[in-house]
Amino acid sequence: MSYEPTTAILDEETHEAINIDRTKGDFTFPERHKFDAGRGLSSKTVDYICDVKNDPQWVRDFRHKALKVFLDKPMPTNWATKDLENINFDEIRYYLSDGEKPKRSWDDVPPEVLETFERLGIPEQERAFLAGVEAQYDSEAAYSNMKEELTKQGVIFVNSTEGLKEYEQIFRPWFGKVIPTSDNKFSALNSAVFSGGSFIYIPKGVKLKQPLQAYFRINSESFGQFERTLIIADEGAEVMYMEGCTAPKFETATLHSAVVELVALKGAKIQYVTVQNWSSNVFNLVTKRGLAMEDAEVRWIDCNIGSRLTMKYPGVIMKGERARGEVISIALANTGQHQDTGAKMIHAANNTTSNVVSKSISVGEGRSTYRGQVHIPRHLKGCKNNTECDALLINSHSRTDTYPAITVRGNQHATQHEASVSQVSEDMLFYMQQRGLNEGQAMSLAVNGFINDLVREFPMEYSVELKRLIDLEMEGSVG
Amino acid sequence: MSLHIQNLHATLEDGTEILKGVTLEVPKGEVHAIMGPNGSGKSTLSKVIAGHEGYLVTGGTVTINGDDIAEMSIDERSRAGIFLAFQYPSEVPGVSNANFIRAALQARLPKGEEIDAVAYYKNLYAKMDLLEMDRKFTGRAVNEGFSGGEKKRNEILQMMMLEPQYCILDETDSGLDIDALKIVAKGVNAMRSPERGMLLITHYQRLLDYIKPDHVHVMAEGRIVKSGGPELAHELEKHGYDFLKEAALA
Repeated sequence: MSYEPTTAILDEETHEAINIDRTKGDFTFPERHKFDAGRGLSSKTVDYICDVKNDPQWVRDFRHKALKVFLDKPMPTNWATKDLENINFDEIRYYLSDGEKPKRSWDDVPPEVLETFERLGIPEQERAFLAGVEAQYDSEAAYSNMKEELTKQGVIFVNSTEGLKEYEQIFRPWFGKVIPTSDNKFSALNSAVFSGGSFIYIPKGVKLKQPLQAYFRINSESFGQFERTLIIADEGAEVMYMEGCTAPKFETATLHSAVVELVALKGAKIQYVTVQNWSSNVFNLVTKRGLAMEDAEVRWIDCNIGSRLTMKYPGVIMKGERARGEVISIALANTGQHQDTGAKMIHAANNTTSNVVSKSISVGEGRSTYRGQVHIPRHLKGCKNNTECDALLINSHSRTDTYPAITVRGNQHATQHEASVSQVSEDMLFYMQQRGLNEGQAMSLAVNGFINDLVREFPMEYSVELKRLIDLEMEGSVG
Repeated sequence: MSLHIQNLHATLEDGTEILKGVTLEVPKGEVHAIMGPNGSGKSTLSKVIAGHEGYLVTGGTVTINGDDIAEMSIDERSRAGIFLAFQYPSEVPGVSNANFIRAALQARLPKGEEIDAVAYYKNLYAKMDLLEMDRKFTGRAVNEGFSGGEKKRNEILQMMMLEPQYCILDETDSGLDIDALKIVAKGVNAMRSPERGMLLITHYQRLLDYIKPDHVHVMAEGRIVKSGGPELAHELEKHGYDFLKEAALA
C-alpha cells in the first residue's frame, strides 16, 4: 500500500497543497564532488577521509579503533526491527565533498547549493531569528556563520573538523566522552567516518538570546551522512540549538547516522530542538546524549515526521546535584515508516529530576515504538522522574508498542509513569465533519489537538512549520 | 425553499430497517417538532440527514432547496447548510473551542481567503454573551470536561456561529436543568428567521414550552404517524404515547 495521495480521495485543493509540499525537499542537483570515498567501508575508506580532511593522528587512530568496534558489533536485531538488515553497508558512499571550506557569506556558496538552501528557506530564517547557521551539504558544511557580537563574546560555532583542529584544548577532553564509541553499532560507525556537524562552545555566563541552527541536506544517492556534534555550555551559559533536515526521495536507501554530545557545566542550560523530516527512504539511526552537571539542565525537544526507520533515544546523564533532564518527543509514523524513539534518563546524583513526555501518532500502516529507560541507583536520594507516553492510532492497521524500563533502587525517590493509547473515534470524526471539515481537516485537527501541548515547546517559527507538516501528512493519508 | 424528506428508508449495516418511509417537509421560516417514544427512529432520522455512514439509505430522497443530497459527503452537507445539534456531542481533546469553530468557518471560505480574527472574536463573544457563557470557554478544549448543560450550550453556540439554513436539534433538552433549558431556548429562538428552517427532535413536551413549534409530528416505528399543530404536543403530554400503538397498527 502506498501512502502517496491519490486524486480519488482528495479534493483538488488538498491535492495541490500536498504536491507543493512534497516537492519542497524532493529535488536534487547533479553531483560535482571533488572527493568521493567510493562505495563500501574498509580501513582504506577511513584513511581516505582522514587524508582529505587532513585529520591529526589522534583522530585517525580514533577512527580506526571505531571501525573495528563497528565491524565487531552485531546488529541489534535481537531487540530492534529486522528492517536494519536491509541496510547494505557495501553499497553506501561514506564521504562526498567538493573540497571547499564552509563559506562565511551566502554569496560565496556554489550556486546550486545556495539555491538548495534558499528553497528550504534557510537564509531567510537566519535573517529573521537566528544567531548563527551552519548548512551542511552531503559530507561537509557549505556555509557557516554567526553574528559578530557572539564572536566577540567568545562563542565558538564551527564544524566538527574545524573544532577538533582549531580548538583541540576544549574539544578533545569531551569528544566521545558522553557517548563512547562502543555505545552501540551506529555510534561506532559514526566515530569511524564522521564528517560535518557542529562544534559549539558557549563561555561562562553567556546566554544566547537567539537560537543557533544547523541544517543537514543530503543531495546524493546511496549516500551516508555522519555528522558529529559537540556542544559545551560552560558554567551558567545558555543556548538553544535547532536542527532540521531534508533529502530528496531516492529509490535506494540513504543512511543518516549522527552522534550528538551535549555538555552542560554547572548551572548551564542547553535546549536541543530537532524537526526531522527525512524522505521515506532514509534510515535515521542517531545517538544523542547530554551530560548535566550541578544545577544544569539539558532538554531534548524532538520531533520525528520523516524517514523510513528512525531509532533515536535522546538521553541525559544527571551527574551533578539538582541537575535536570527532559525529553519532549513527538513522532508521526505514516505507512512505510517506523518511528522507534524514546528516552534515557540516568540519575547519577542526589536530588536530580527528569521528565519525559512522548506522544506518537500512527497512521495507516505506520508503526511507532516507545522505549524508555529511567535509572535511579540505590545510594541516591531525592531523585524524581515523571514519564508520560501517549499513543494515538488513526486506523486499525497502525501499530504502537511501549517498552518502558524504569529501574529505581532505594525508597527515597519519586517516580510516576503514565501511558495511554487512544484512537480518533468515528463519533469524533462524524462530529467534526458535521461542522463542515472534510476528513483530512478533521483528522489534522484531532492530531494537532493530541500534540498541542507539546508543539508549544518548540520555538514559534518551528511550531508553525510543524503544524503545517502534520496537516499535510494527515490530509495525504486518509481515505 | 425547504428541507424535504420523501419516503425515506434506511437500514443499519446488518440490514435492520430503522426508517420505514419517512416523509416530512420543513420549509424555511418554520419550526417543526418531531416527538415520539424511544426507539421510534427520531435520532436515526437526524443522523441519516447529516450523512452518517453507519446507515444505508435503501429508498427515498432528501433534498435541500430542491437539490438531492444523496451523493454529498457529511461535510458537504454541512457546508450546504445542514446543522445537527448532537444529543451526545463528542469531545475533541486538545482543540480549543475558539479554534474549532474558527476551523469550521474557515472550511466555508473560498481558497486563499482568511477569517478576520478581530471580527471573528467580536461575533463569538456576542453570541457567548447571549448564551451566558464565560469568556474562559473559548480556550477550553471542545466539550472536554463540560457538564451536560455546557455541552448543549456549546452546540447552540456553534449553530449560531455557522448560521445554517436548516437546524436539526436532537434531544437538545435532555440532561438540562430548567435554567439551562431557558438559555438554550433563548439561543434557538434568536435563530428563528424566515431564512431558516428548524427541526426539533424531542421526547418531552417541556422543550416546546420554550420554543413554540409551528408543526408537530409524531414518529413511531420508523414512520411519521401523526402530524398537527402545537396542540398535538399537549395531547401527547396528557395521554402519553400509548395511542400511537393503535395508530401504528392501523
